[in-house]
Amino acid sequence: MLKDITLGQFYPGDSLVHRLDPRVKLVLMVVYIAMVFLVEGFLGYLFLAAFLAVSAFLSRIRIKFLLRSIRPVLFIVVFTFVLNILFTRGDHPILEWGVLHITWEGVRFAVFMSLRLVFLLAGTSLLTLTTSPIALTDALERLLKPLNALHFPVHEMAMMMTIALRFIPTLLEETDKIMKAQTARGADFDTGNLLQRAKAMVPLLVPLFVGAFRRADELAMAMEARCYHGGRHRTRMKVLRVSRADGWACGATAATLLLILLERLL
Amino acid sequence: MSDIIRVQDVSYEYERADEQGELAVRGVSMRVKKGEWLSILGRNGSGKSTLIKLLNGLFLPTHGSVTVGNFDTRDENHIWDVRQTVGMIFQNPDNQIVATIVEEDVAFGLENLGVSPKEIRQRVDAALAAVRMSEYAAAAPHMLSGGQKQRVAIAGALAMEPDVLLMDEPTAMLDPGGRREVMETVERLHRERGLTVVLVTHFMEEALRGDRVIVMQDGRAILEGPPRELFAKEAEAICRAGLELPPMAELARRLRAKGLSVPGEPMTVEEMAAAFGALRRERRGKHAG
Repeated sequence: MLKDITLGQFYPGDSLVHRLDPRVKLVLMVVYIAMVFLVEGFLGYLFLAAFLAVSAFLSRIRIKFLLRSIRPVLFIVVFTFVLNILFTRGDHPILEWGVLHITWEGVRFAVFMSLRLVFLLAGTSLLTLTTSPIALTDALERLLKPLNALHFPVHEMAMMMTIALRFIPTLLEETDKIMKAQTARGADFDTGNLLQRAKAMVPLLVPLFVGAFRRADELAMAMEARCYHGGRHRTRMKVLRVSRADGWACGATAATLLLILLERLL
Repeated sequence: MSDIIRVQDVSYEYERADEQGELAVRGVSMRVKKGEWLSILGRNGSGKSTLIKLLNGLFLPTHGSVTVGNFDTRDENHIWDVRQTVGMIFQNPDNQIVATIVEEDVAFGLENLGVSPKEIRQRVDAALAAVRMSEYAAAAPHMLSGGQKQRVAIAGALAMEPDVLLMDEPTAMLDPGGRREVMETVERLHRERGLTVVLVTHFMEEALRGDRVIVMQDGRAILEGPPRELFAKEAEAICRAGLELPPMAELARRLRAKGLSVPGEPMTVEEMAAAFGALRRERRGKHAG
């Protein structure tokens, strides 16, 4: 059962959005998040919704998957909506009943705030759904390269992320094995109160940690045997190239940003 | 044949904080000739794994010297030349794969050497083809079998175009199918490319395939010679070193102890069958005459 886990929520595919340069996607995501916080007014939201809808359509990711990523934070969205409706002051009341004051301004603000959250989540999910964690790590390493000048260990961070990603399935498998071994000796992971269950995890975690350290030691040796000596003078097999599609994506994002800024200023 | 690795009177002591360290390797001298297949045999704790890690500078000798090609492993300026000359495969297939995609892992060593992307691509493809794993180029390592993972590891070493392949019990954690897969791959590379192989193992059948065997006991190299000769003549010393003879060699030894004169030195089942055939013909001949 632990064998078929997926890393992150990457949904493999070969759509236009999948094929965009991960660096471009990452930068555009930052711009997109800025847009979500800049947007004001009905038209702006419409532009942003259109932008998101077109991206989602081009990615061929099923709407179901996008909505699924929103579900865990649905509570926060609803909470934001209710709070904003109740506590925004305005001049055009709809309903006044005891301490409750619901105004037009409140409804408007609440809807927009909730939409902002939904757009934020759907947009970022679209990035992680269409880009493998390893491509993201790669993009991050290349984008942050200038930070090397400030002695920030960019390559080391990226290598650590890669190795972590590589060992997640291995360690999950090991957890499964240890769990079965301990269960066979009468360990009980499923009953009792929270404290008892946390205590039951100790005989699981100790061997897991010991194993992880042993693996780390062996891996370090294997990496050294293959001439690993940090990020200096290192080349990469995969060269990232900005394609025409990346140009179009940048153009579309810039246009949306412009429209949103225009509405905000006018 | 010229020597590619020279080990001169090497000792190695593990550093321990609490007590006096123990010598894992004691005064070993040996040579690896270019193009040969050398097996290093020994029970657990005999120092064979330590010895092999001395051959590519992962460990540096406490006494004595190890020379790979023209470089001493202690020479820090050439340590990467040493490790490029000598590729290494470890026992645990999981703990030597770095990347999350097979071809990226094969590329790892070349990326470290600063090879140009175009050339990396060519060499990775060639290495994967050489171990017959091309169709798994884009697979995730954790989805592969143990034998396949070891073949990926071999491809990773091969991409760096080494002269020697060091293998530290590469089949110890595999099932019989995976073991055969890996040994056949190594044998083919040895035969077709003249790749020098140094194989640490405790499977006698694997050692039989080689040109030469070194038997280790308590950190010393106690025996050395061609496997068949050694298994035939030094059966007792091998058993004293905590090893077992190949099953057919053991059978022949016991049959002889019971007074049956098994001809030749049969090591495999086929050879034993042939020996029995010869024995039967001989007896029939005697009765007839």
